Amino acid sequence: MDLQTAAFLLQDGFTIGAVYTLLAVALVMVFNVTRIIYVPQGEFVSYAALTLATLDAGRKPATALLLLAAGVLAFTMEMLSLWRDERWQARRCLVPAALYLLLPCVLALLAGYCALPSVPLMAKAAVSVGIVVALAPMVYRIAFKPIADASPLTLLVAAISVHFVLVGLSLQMFGPEGMRTPAFAGEAFKLGLFTVAPQLLWVAGIALVLIAALYLFFGFTLYGKALRASAVSRRGAHLVGISTDFAGTLTLTLAAAIGAVSGVLVGPITTMKFDSGFLLGLKGFVGAILGGLAAYPLAAAGALFVGVLEIFASYWASAYKEVIVFTLIVPILVWRSVVQPQADEEEDEQ
Amino acid sequence: MKIKSWLAAAWLALLPLACAFAAGTELTVGVIYSATGPVAAAGIAQQRTLSILPKTMGGLPVRYIGLDDGGDTTATVKAARKLIADEHIDVLLGPSSSANSLAIVSLMAQQEVPMISLGGSASIVEPVDGPKKWAFKTPQSETLMASIVAQHMAQSGIKTLGIIAYNDAFGEGWLKEIGRLSEQKGIKIVSVERFERTDSNTTGQVLKTLAASPQAVFIAAAGTPAALPQAGLVERGFRGRVYQTHGVANAEFLKIGGKNIEGTYVPLAPLLVAEELPASHPARKPSLEFAGKFEAIPGAGPRSPFAAYLWDAALILERAVTPALAHGKPGSAEFRRALRAAIESVKDLPATNGVYTMSPSDHNGLDERGRVMTQIRNGKWTLAN
Repeated sequence: MDLQTAAFLLQDGFTIGAVYTLLAVALVMVFNVTRIIYVPQGEFVSYAALTLATLDAGRKPATALLLLAAGVLAFTMEMLSLWRDERWQARRCLVPAALYLLLPCVLALLAGYCALPSVPLMAKAAVSVGIVVALAPMVYRIAFKPIADASPLTLLVAAISVHFVLVGLSLQMFGPEGMRTPAFAGEAFKLGLFTVAPQLLWVAGIALVLIAALYLFFGFTLYGKALRASAVSRRGAHLVGISTDFAGTLTLTLAAAIGAVSGVLVGPITTMKFDSGFLLGLKGFVGAILGGLAAYPLAAAGALFVGVLEIFASYWASAYKEVIVFTLIVPILVWRSVVQPQADEEEDEQ
Repeated sequence: MKIKSWLAAAWLALLPLACAFAAGTELTVGVIYSATGPVAAAGIAQQRTLSILPKTMGGLPVRYIGLDDGGDTTATVKAARKLIADEHIDVLLGPSSSANSLAIVSLMAQQEVPMISLGGSASIVEPVDGPKKWAFKTPQSETLMASIVAQHMAQSGIKTLGIIAYNDAFGEGWLKEIGRLSEQKGIKIVSVERFERTDSNTTGQVLKTLAASPQAVFIAAAGTPAALPQAGLVERGFRGRVYQTHGVANAEFLKIGGKNIEGTYVPLAPLLVAEELPASHPARKPSLEFAGKFEAIPGAGPRSPFAAYLWDAALILERAVTPALAHGKPGSAEFRRALRAAIESVKDLPATNGVYTMSPSDHNGLDERGRVMTQIRNGKWTLAN
């Protein structure tokens, strides 16, 4: 292998690694706060990319309709649970109404407008991200809130079901074939030995910005600290007046935002299909496991490593690429279970 | 409540009677396709084709029962069992893919129900013995398609070939055939790389292939993922020829590939270039007829080769029903046995994929009239020179 080949491989490895990093960070965050192993994380990636591709093709995305339908379902569930708990008051309906009914309507209208060819790509990307992010609180309300106190295993099963529902809907909404969005950066340029595609710089740049933003959010804002508190102990957070439901909604929304941005970023560098998101999420998960599903910097480094390893594996032994990437989990788990006896999160809940 | 359950019981009791009454007066055709799951692109087109299949065959009305197997072999077996036990089908069209077809070959033979598979692999019907006596298939086998590729490469003076193939049965099947046939023509395979349908990046495989500097690259993949390695090759400045398989033959591949796939050579069924074929080509007329009907289905889009596999299966069935009716009534085992024999003796049937001539040793029946070499020019399939 010459230096130039290595440079190409590294560059691509870091790009795809940056996307895995974003997903890994989101997975760690969701797991810490809600104890959900968030299988459907990848779906938000493909939803955003495919929504953007649909808008770009000048069609109205079906995700807007899904958003309206999910909104009505979430709103009805919220109202029913308020009524059942005899906590029903007009003012308690305001936030759900805005979040589950008004916002989807606004986004659907915007999506309709963005299907016009004259609208710039950036606006289309923003609306695509908006639609996908708005879906997240509904997913939490419908699938996870009713069982928020269940064991991680139950939550995992619920997450898997959500994954299957979203993939099935994805096929219905976007069809079976792959789509690609236009690159929003310019032509490739030469920088010494490297040929640099600006798209890659965008991916790396936005990944860095998002990670920095998450660091600041968790370190220096009240909401961020509240999320960390519920991560440390749900009961403790409850006792000091932090709403775990709110924490769950906020986390899933953040995770969806990270996923959606990743989707918009990878759209131009790879072909997205209705089920492409899952594998991206899974690789992010391998990265997160390398970090023990707990530490952000470790997860980020792990995911970056997965990206680079994957690219080099596809160069040296393309037939065994996936085997190499997923086998990585085994020694890591063995090593972790030896050096760190299992901490049981269940104990302090019971 | 009580009345309701009585009604239900009566209904359940009458249902088999109703079915038995229907038997003999209509032809029951089961269709299994993968309208969801990884090969949904094929299955959805086939599902749509159901509405334009012949409504009568040999003077009898035809009842089609379509089931989706989601691309899952277990679901295929379940669907086939259901069609046989509950619906008493006379013949099965499908499933969409090779793996799913192979999963039910012995079941169909054991139940003595002929099947006309829509899967690509030759192994569904070869060698014709044991359970495979009951299996037929309409798509071209890899050998037929690979031979035109090897021939075309040899004629264009290509001596070295790089291959980038799917890391699965599809890629493996092609790799074997193209390797064997190009060796016969004196073409040297200088690199073999694999990739997955789901891959988001193929830089590694592309760079490795380029390092071997082949004159031409053959990509053994299907559908839109096949555009990914080719885009990589073009972006890294590959100037040689690129060949793809007929698995890429859909509009989405052209759209996704864009400029990067301009000039690519693809062996295809005659259907996609029917307009360009000489009037004497036997596949021209059936292709244009099918294309007209399929493209008129709302939302179906341009003609699909996957849909044409099912269409041709129905054409074969239509030809075979009349002679089979002389031996028994639909719904009976005699009829199904006669139908199998009748399909096996279908001769010179012009269809969208070429001309079918079945025989006791060939259950695919296509010859070199079943494929043409095409080139992508200006984002369209055109006959290659």
